[in-house]
Amino acid sequence: MADKTLSLERREAYWRRTSRLMWTIMAIWFVFGFVVPAIAPALNTIVILGFPLGFYFAAQGSLIVFVVLCFWNSSAQNKIDEEFGVAED
Amino acid sequence: MASVNKQSDFISNLGRIYGLYTAGFIGFTLLLAVLEQLGVPKTIIGYLFVFLTISVYALIGYISRTAQLSQYYVAGRQVPAFYNGMATGSDWMSAASFISMAGGLYLQGYNGLAFVLGWTGGYVLVATLLAPYLRKFGQYTVPDFLGARYGGNAARACGVIVLLAASFTYVVAQVFGVGIIASRFLGISFEVAVFVGLAGILVCSMLGGMRAVTWTQVAQYIILIIAYLVPVVWLSTKKYGIPIPELTYGQALSQIYELENKLGILRHHTDAFVNAQGKFSWTEWTNFLALVFCLMVGTASLPHILMRYFTTPNVRDARRSVGWSIFFIFLLYFTAPAYAAFAKLEVYSTVIGQPIASLPDWVQSWSKVAGMLTIRDANGDGILQLAELTLNQDIIVLSTPEIAGLPYVVSGLVAAGGLAAALSTADGLLLALANALSHDVYYRMMDPKASPTRRLVVSRTLLIIVAVIAAAVASTRPSGIIQMVAWAFSLAAAGLFAPLVFGIWWKRTTATGAICGMMSGFLICLFYLVSTRYYPEWFKMTFGTDLWWGIRNISSAIFGLPIAFLVTYVVSLMTKAPSQEMQDFIDSIRVPVGEVAYKEKLE
Repeated sequence: MADKTLSLERREAYWRRTSRLMWTIMAIWFVFGFVVPAIAPALNTIVILGFPLGFYFAAQGSLIVFVVLCFWNSSAQNKIDEEFGVAED
Repeated sequence: MASVNKQSDFISNLGRIYGLYTAGFIGFTLLLAVLEQLGVPKTIIGYLFVFLTISVYALIGYISRTAQLSQYYVAGRQVPAFYNGMATGSDWMSAASFISMAGGLYLQGYNGLAFVLGWTGGYVLVATLLAPYLRKFGQYTVPDFLGARYGGNAARACGVIVLLAASFTYVVAQVFGVGIIASRFLGISFEVAVFVGLAGILVCSMLGGMRAVTWTQVAQYIILIIAYLVPVVWLSTKKYGIPIPELTYGQALSQIYELENKLGILRHHTDAFVNAQGKFSWTEWTNFLALVFCLMVGTASLPHILMRYFTTPNVRDARRSVGWSIFFIFLLYFTAPAYAAFAKLEVYSTVIGQPIASLPDWVQSWSKVAGMLTIRDANGDGILQLAELTLNQDIIVLSTPEIAGLPYVVSGLVAAGGLAAALSTADGLLLALANALSHDVYYRMMDPKASPTRRLVVSRTLLIIVAVIAAAVASTRPSGIIQMVAWAFSLAAAGLFAPLVFGIWWKRTTATGAICGMMSGFLICLFYLVSTRYYPEWFKMTFGTDLWWGIRNISSAIFGLPIAFLVTYVVSLMTKAPSQEMQDFIDSIRVPVGEVAYKEKLE
């Protein structure tokens, strides 16, 4: 099996990529967890299929985004791991 | 080795085993439905549901009994991501989610959605910030991590204190919920029911530790999700012809809106951040966002949830498993608002404004249960006005089968689901508590030479002691379920989130910094909680206000958490940077492959 310890440089690059993914996900999380709910009174003026939009996001839309974010984090991080050769066998 | 082969056989056959189990449960429910039609009394059906499901959990607990430490603490680290997701789902969803949440949405409309948002969004934090790294670290408990990262027993002890405070508050709420269901469906007094429920909890967790709890929780998830979805899917099909309630309740929302106008209700169901007069209120706005924040961060700090991710085979599975967890939780959470909407529509259209003498059957039968539904004809006109009807928030889920005009067997199913939810969470919590005491306090701090057998004996004894104390506290009915649960979240968030996240993401965090941060955050949160709840006069006299910035005490972590981060940061910068050894340790947990550079080795 190839040596899987990373050089300092590669390790830092790996962690930079991981951190960037983390911050991207945190930003989306913040928007759907806080910004969208905070402006719900304005969004509620739009009604689709009976759902006022602000209500819809807090009850369903943001939740769907959270589920997708968790799966996306898992697959995106796996890609980073494979690229740097640190994925588990 | 025979036992190893047997174990891996079991793991590779999980799909078949749980498939058969699900089919068996559906068959059992159908059989009871037939028995009901043949005239078997309702009480018997209730008994069969409660006892049969509890015996199945006990059986799984017995089969999975173990005397091996790694099986006992982390289920041998063999739980596949998908099943760990299910187990986490039922570990997570408690009596509060199953019984009370939809009722809260009924009563509070949009403002109640803080719980739906907060109790799902936290998993994004778990997935990105914590779970994979804690799995790589690969020990048994959350205080283990604090002890390793922050050099010793002081940090470990602080972690244990926060864990005990949060998990104990939480477990009392669950035992309380088990007591309510057992007393209603077995017809015994609440105080006795609490201890009956306790027996059910103990059988699963005591013999087999994490392994038994894991496989029981998967079984419990299957029952609770079926029980939650059946009545509301039925109702949606009946009303709108489409069996997807999450899609059809939009129509119910529009109908509610019109009825609200007709009935002269100022506070619309879907209006965000409004007070009783239907006007936008900044206090509601801040409290909503603060609560969402505390519940999310609390999710990512609760030890009984975090320790579930210690059980997966590897780091990749830990990450994936967070995805499955939130997916399985999502199935229930995005259905809850539909429950609330259908119930509200039914009440507004067939109950309010009707002659009291001719109300639907379900109203009559629930008004006989004390404190659940009360009707007082205040103006004596024989017509029910909105203000004359009081509904308890726990009634909504439990009464939906009757609202929909479904057979009693569905009510029994819902009770079995509620019981599964409360039992599974109580199991996870008790295990977290007992592990912290036996592993972290007894083994790591008091007697590091204790033999594995002795450690298991200590753990099982402590489990029983903690469980009995929890039941004793619960039988005094200390507070409402949701209230207690939300406090647990705030305590965990204020105490544990900063040291866990900083420990992984900021190498410069020092032991002194983390301990000061942990304790100051936790104490501020505890202070705000206790003083505003139990000494409101003193609080008002000292600070000249009822609440700081109007923030209710269920969101206490909003004060504790920033302080925890700030103190950790400042004190860390003031103290000497962590050693090279420590930096290597952090580097090693950041990468999925390779050894963990950890000097203090366990067996």
